Amino acid sequence: MKLLLTGARIIDPAQKIDSRLDVLLENGRIIKTGNNLARSTRSKDTEKITELIDLEGMILVPGLIDMHTHLREPGYEYKETIATGVTAAVTGGFTSIACMPNTNPINDNRATTEFIRRKAAEVALANVYPVGAISRNSEGSQLTEFWDLKEAGIVALSDDGKPVMNAGLMRRAMEYAHSLQLPIISHCEDIHLSANGVMNEGYYSTILGLNGIPAIAEEAMIARDILIAEFTKTAVHIAHVSTAGSVRLIRDAKARGLKVTAETAPHYFTLKDESLQSYDTNFKVNPPLRTERDVHAIKEGLADGTIDAIACDHAPHGRTDKEVEFEYAANGISGLETSLGLSLNLIHSKILTWPELIARMSLNPARILNLPKGTLVTGADADITVIDPLRPWTVDVQTFRSRGKNSPFNGRQMQGKVILTIVGGEIKYDGR
Amino acid sequence: MKFERKDILGIKDLSVDEINFILETAESFLEISTRTIKKVPTLRGKTVINLFYEASTRTRTSFEIAGKRLSADTINISSSTSSVVKGETLIDTARNLEAMNPDVIVIRHSAAGAPHLLASLVKQSIINAGDGAHEHPTQALLDMMTIKERKGSIDGLKVAIIGDIEHSRVARSNIYGLTKMGASVVVAGPATMLPRDIEKMGVQVHSRLEDAIAGADVIMMLRIQLERQKQNIFPSLREYAQHFCLNRHNVKLAKKDVIVMHPGPINRGVEISPDIADDPSCSVILDQVNKGVAVRMALLYLLTGGSE
Amino acid sequence: MSDQKNKKTVMDKEGIERCLTRIAYEILEKNKGMENLVLVGIRTGGVFLAQRLQKKMSDIEQGKIPLGILDVTLYRDDITASKKKPCLGETKINFSLDGKIVILVDDVLFTGRTIRAAMDALIDFGRPKMIQLAVLIDRGHRELPIRADFVGKNLPSSLWEAVRVDLVEKSGVDEVVIEEGP
Repeated sequence: MKLLLTGARIIDPAQKIDSRLDVLLENGRIIKTGNNLARSTRSKDTEKITELIDLEGMILVPGLIDMHTHLREPGYEYKETIATGVTAAVTGGFTSIACMPNTNPINDNRATTEFIRRKAAEVALANVYPVGAISRNSEGSQLTEFWDLKEAGIVALSDDGKPVMNAGLMRRAMEYAHSLQLPIISHCEDIHLSANGVMNEGYYSTILGLNGIPAIAEEAMIARDILIAEFTKTAVHIAHVSTAGSVRLIRDAKARGLKVTAETAPHYFTLKDESLQSYDTNFKVNPPLRTERDVHAIKEGLADGTIDAIACDHAPHGRTDKEVEFEYAANGISGLETSLGLSLNLIHSKILTWPELIARMSLNPARILNLPKGTLVTGADADITVIDPLRPWTVDVQTFRSRGKNSPFNGRQMQGKVILTIVGGEIKYDGR
Repeated sequence: MKFERKDILGIKDLSVDEINFILETAESFLEISTRTIKKVPTLRGKTVINLFYEASTRTRTSFEIAGKRLSADTINISSSTSSVVKGETLIDTARNLEAMNPDVIVIRHSAAGAPHLLASLVKQSIINAGDGAHEHPTQALLDMMTIKERKGSIDGLKVAIIGDIEHSRVARSNIYGLTKMGASVVVAGPATMLPRDIEKMGVQVHSRLEDAIAGADVIMMLRIQLERQKQNIFPSLREYAQHFCLNRHNVKLAKKDVIVMHPGPINRGVEISPDIADDPSCSVILDQVNKGVAVRMALLYLLTGGSE
Repeated sequence: MSDQKNKKTVMDKEGIERCLTRIAYEILEKNKGMENLVLVGIRTGGVFLAQRLQKKMSDIEQGKIPLGILDVTLYRDDITASKKKPCLGETKINFSLDGKIVILVDDVLFTGRTIRAAMDALIDFGRPKMIQLAVLIDRGHRELPIRADFVGKNLPSSLWEAVRVDLVEKSGVDEVVIEEGP
């Protein structure tokens, strides 16, 4: 069975392609890209059944990759399961996701990694790449078995949700991981500086009487990790960058030729701390929403390539986690189904071009995680996302496929929507 | 003046007209507390629930007396006696209380924003009796009433607020109220007690008591919470008291007719020396308590009523 | 606003003065002098009338009768039913009512509910020997078993009419008018 996608604008940053082409898929791979494939295909392969999809006016890109999600299973199935999380992923246009280890038990061992992969294979929607814990139980004292975890199928290491406070441990982790070509994803937060904070420290934390998390809680740790990476001649990937100072540190490190990469999430270039004035816990995330100045710097960092990737930090929660007093509420936003819509605003506001945005949502995450994905080159996996760039829609959390309805974007108007998510040559989401 | 609010959550939301109206209404209630029979039948058949998640003797007592002097049935629920201990969420507690159909719920909570959450859930009127470090509107109202009585007007006065501004809901509510009413407000405390961007609230900031109280008409001393010492907000009570305690000597820097206020309870010798606290020529601390009942009566009166 | 309405003056300045003078004599006559008498005016109209009665009675007999001011808002029976709260005035009764004969003064006696509230309030201030009621106008339509002891003028009125007492102290003019409809 062949699938022929015709008439769309094809954007593939890896090949620097941005033109109107047809794409032919067979046996889970891209077998041809070119003009007027409909005619040639029909003439040569008349005996084979070819399904043809006309995508006139649509945009066809390499399957989107979200390198920072929380699938909650095992342990917190009331928030999300692997099945519901992956369904949310394909609904949001993602063909691959990397899931963080802060489940219960923590993914710090081969058995948990294998469990996640088996569950994901049963669901068979998007590709799921587990991230293993850096330290046992993410407690920050003893390294996990990186080698064993890698053989079990992890693609990166992180204690996400918690920082690695012990600099000595982080040094050892970076050295050991580097020898295995495993990226370290660092959740940068100095917990002595963030203390009991629940929102950004500034004017709004002052008037709301909430404990603040200063920008330096993030920046001090980024500076430390950059120094460790430099000293050990290894690499580090900075998760969920939220402040202007962080962007500056990463930009400087890159300018000095260090192997530092970074991601940010759509809420950090969309929302500001002033949104917390209603004490709406859907706006509570860690790192917290920052100021106008930070939002501006994040956009600049995305535009100049300082920030390599957009990852939504999908953090689904149950109602009981969020319908409480602000300071008791859980951190996080259910983001997979709004990530692309919010990121398209960067194109609408001319901060990024289409190829730049697609590089940040597909090619760059693939490169950081060493995945053979993120391109439409002949022979590549047939992971494809098709976007209707003009379709207006309104976010309605009740229609989320994710169990987490915790979104501050409920009711927001969007322009541009996923209409097809194709994984391994098969249509896994059809929103036409 | 029409007063149509459902809730009193903070001074930030109130207009100058509303503040004046509440204070004027409260004036009329002062007299009731001087009668032999200190009770009027106005809120007969109304129920006021005092939902206190944080220990507080004086605020709870003040609300209880206010309710009782208006003939309302007042019920106190405190965290040690209610389902709070059993781990019931605020939402479930709220729904349960709502089902019993009270008229006003007064809430004190250690989490900022808890009264807002409650107000969004139930149809009853909510009065914020202090939420975390956010607001304490009834305290600011009684403070303004006390100042107005002593000084005639708040407009043009210099008010110094001294102490742990960062953790003080009293400071925030008073900053909103006093600046709205035309006073110029200065705050002072060790830098560790001054929250970030506090000057954007329209106040002048000093790090020394002496600079802040110079020429002040009103000095408001905040309570120091001893447990903050563990967070390294200040090294020791001794050192704090040496530099931020209002005493016979430094009070001379203020205007001759300065009044000294404190929301209580006082740590004598830490925030205020005993001779100042007990000096009737400047200390209005007990006046504040008296005004507290009148202000709370006024709010209960203004919020109840209304048959749907 | 009320000037545009169809209004009729039913008592002028002289009429009001004559009524008050008569009431002052009647009070003194009925109580055989001023001993033990106190006046309490109901806010706001009753207060001015009580002040005038106080002066007239001092002119007739030697001495001065104590005068109190009563705001009955907090005792009203319709208060919690109305969405909009009436403004509160101050109550000022700086003397004991125990064993006194209280002359309660109001401008217009209508349903009797204000007087009921006033009597409840007075009882909270002590135990008067007796409460007597003096009003300038009795317009009828009682809803409670209440009757005035001293009446300036009985003024039969319709329910849809409004009876208004204007006094110099408040409105700059002394007159009683009937207006159509509220």
